[in-house]
Amino acid sequence: MSYQFKWSVLWSGQSGYWLLQGLITTLELSALAWLLAVALGILSGALRTVPFRPLRAAATFYVEFFRNVPLLVWMFFWYFGVPPLLPRGVQDWLFDHGAEFWAGMFALGVYHGARMSEVIRSGIQSIPRTQFEASVAMGLSVWQAYRLVILPIALRLIVPPITNESLNLLKNSSVALTISVAELTFQTRQIETYTARAIEALTAGTLIYLVLCVSIAWVMSSLERRYAIPGLIARVGGAG
Amino acid sequence: MAAAIEFRQVNKWFGKLHVLVDVTLGVAPGEVVVVCGPSGSGKSTLIRCVNALERIQSGEIVVLGDSITSPRMNLTRLRTQVGMVFQSFNLFPHMTALENIMLAPMKVRNAPREDAEKTARALLLRVGIPDKAGNYPANLSGGQQQRVAIARALAMQPKIMLFDEPTSALDPEMINEVLEVMTDLAKSGMTMMVVTHEMGFARRVAHRVIFMDGGQVIEEADPETFFASPKSDRSRQFLSKILSH
Ligand SMILES: Nc1ncnc2c1ncn2[C@@H]1O[C@H](COP(=O)(O)OP(=O)(O)OP(=O)(O)O)[C@@H](O)[C@H]1O
Ligand SMILES: [Mg+2]
Repeated sequence: MSYQFKWSVLWSGQSGYWLLQGLITTLELSALAWLLAVALGILSGALRTVPFRPLRAAATFYVEFFRNVPLLVWMFFWYFGVPPLLPRGVQDWLFDHGAEFWAGMFALGVYHGARMSEVIRSGIQSIPRTQFEASVAMGLSVWQAYRLVILPIALRLIVPPITNESLNLLKNSSVALTISVAELTFQTRQIETYTARAIEALTAGTLIYLVLCVSIAWVMSSLERRYAIPGLIARVGGAG
Repeated sequence: MAAAIEFRQVNKWFGKLHVLVDVTLGVAPGEVVVVCGPSGSGKSTLIRCVNALERIQSGEIVVLGDSITSPRMNLTRLRTQVGMVFQSFNLFPHMTALENIMLAPMKVRNAPREDAEKTARALLLRVGIPDKAGNYPANLSGGQQQRVAIARALAMQPKIMLFDEPTSALDPEMINEVLEVMTDLAKSGMTMMVVTHEMGFARRVAHRVIFMDGGQVIEEADPETFFASPKSDRSRQFLSKILSH
């Protein structure tokens, strides 16, 4: 018995439209979650290295709490757990305006923010402490030293692990199908349900993820080369 | 005249380690003081107290008339009046030489960019490398990096300059270019505290040499007296070790 491929299911009927919608939702979900994750990651990663103990403790709590609970649990938490805590009016508004999307976005962003935090912290800690001392010794405040010196150096050093984490975030956005966000994986399953063509639908989904990941990796490595610190270029390797 | 820097009965501990023991000393305006002593004797800690990179546990430090150990002291003001040069240069690698020098005037003093740039170029000229303005630290030699670091510290027009072994990380052939800049600075009347093992520099430039051991100031004297007839056993030992090579 041999399987007859029927690739046309991908563009006949509603399939093409569904795939496109799924792709757009995945991109929106991931992009917003990424911005949230990077902001939280930079904030908490930097706070974990500042000379103020209470701030360090707060950041450590965030990181350990959020990265040690499975993403799926966070999805359920933000979707089923949080809305009932909100005022009635806000709840109604949310469920009229894609509550599952926002819940998924928060879950992804906060979870990956905790993971990026670790990357950013290790980047900061790889910078000799004397760079910080030189910054404050010339009159910069701690905030200025981080904003103008420490973070600009650290962020340039950690592009490769941040790329890695960004790809994880994109792939993990598929977990949002569990709270009915109509993202790419959700839509490929819908195509499969309607056409009974599992392999074709999954292949299409897989290829789209692959293209997205390769594009992101390419953008990040151009950024890395564009902003490389002279003298540290050697580390990037033959590409540069 | 009031002292530029004054230590009164200063004590500092790192945990259980007593690193500054009852240090009392003054530095007059325009005076150049060389601090020497064996490794671990507390030289770096001593000068790092002057710009409050280290906090002390007892005693008082007065810099340019302000007690910097009082809770009301203004840290930014202190640090703009006291420049510091480190052993490891510590230029910011993602900025050019010029940008390194312009950073503090622009961000701390809110100086307009054109003014900051003009000052920075004049300082690069003063330290002898006007043509290196656009170079990143990685493309400067050690001696050039240290001269940029000195220019960067001078950009805030400090009244006091601290140097922590500014030539120890340099190849021998680059030491002199940095010492020359420091000598010019001393001649211009800058108040300086310099931790260094360059005894030639101490002899020629310093007004006073301070010898430390075990967190204590063991001996202070003008360079001639100090090198010709050190009073304590420990300073004699120290001198014989470092002058023998
Ligand atoms: N941040 C710190 N925490 C704990 N101990 C420290 C710290 N900094 C310095 N020490 C210790 O304090 C003592 C004095 O150190 P300091 O750096 O002032 O010595 P130094 O005279 O500058 O020595 P060197 O010639 O090696 O630079 C040393 O025993 C050192 O190990
Ligand atoms: Mg030292």
